[in-house]
Amino acid sequence: MTVVQIREEQDIVRARTTAKKTAQGLGFGLVDQTRISTAVSELARNVYLYAGEGEVHIEELNNRHGIRVTFIDHGPGIEDVDLAMKDGWSSVKAMGKGLPGAKRLSDRMEIHTEPGEGTTVTIEKWLSR
Amino acid sequence: MLNTNSIPILKLKDFLIVSIQTDLHDRMAEQLQQDILDRISKTHAKGVLIDISALEMVDSFIGRALADTARMASTLDAEIVIVGMQPAVAITLVELGLSLGDVKTAINLDEGHELLQQALEEKTSEEQPSEEGLAEEADDGGSD
Repeated sequence: MTVVQIREEQDIVRARTTAKKTAQGLGFGLVDQTRISTAVSELARNVYLYAGEGEVHIEELNNRHGIRVTFIDHGPGIEDVDLAMKDGWSSVKAMGKGLPGAKRLSDRMEIHTEPGEGTTVTIEKWLSR
Repeated sequence: MLNTNSIPILKLKDFLIVSIQTDLHDRMAEQLQQDILDRISKTHAKGVLIDISALEMVDSFIGRALADTARMASTLDAEIVIVGMQPAVAITLVELGLSLGDVKTAINLDEGHELLQQALEEKTSEEQPSEEGLAEEADDGGSD
């Protein structure tokens, strides 16, 4: 597992580059690599914008059949997940594409959030063999 | 003055050419937007070609920066053409739910240049319809 700390804006680039490299190593094709790095970019930016800092964990799934990326922060949490999942909704200067966009680019997405405690978002992309 | 992070903007006759050869982080995208608009207003360029063929990823932030730049440029009377988007990037942008709006795109610099040239010619002919247009109509009516 690779951990990328998110503390400054350039860390968003480090997170997506690392995820892309991992995906490439697992044998994902170029389009899927791009989907993964884009989803990671959106979610790492959410960590940076909403929580200020956090961690991105990038790992291979068992039997190397895919990739899992987990975004952990101790920020304000998401009050209304359903609302946050709506296209175009954003509470800061983002575009409101982050969560719903990342979900469409992934095969699985899970959100655990507690207002005042923080947010953990997990996405997975699976290799089709 | 020279900022190693800045992306060069070249001027060629009426147009500006920008080639993004590096992975853009957010502040760079914002800086580039500002630099392009500055150069348009200083040089009175009529069009800008932005080559993104080296960009491996366009997320919502970069996508918005590009679309905003195009909108702002048009208020300065300059047209922007995004050139060379990789197919994987185009697919991902659509799935992300992002549209670049009515920003013009082209496969490569040649075609992008062609687009700008056409747009410029259309604009010039719209701006001067004056007597030539009227004379033609009169000619049409008079021919037998």
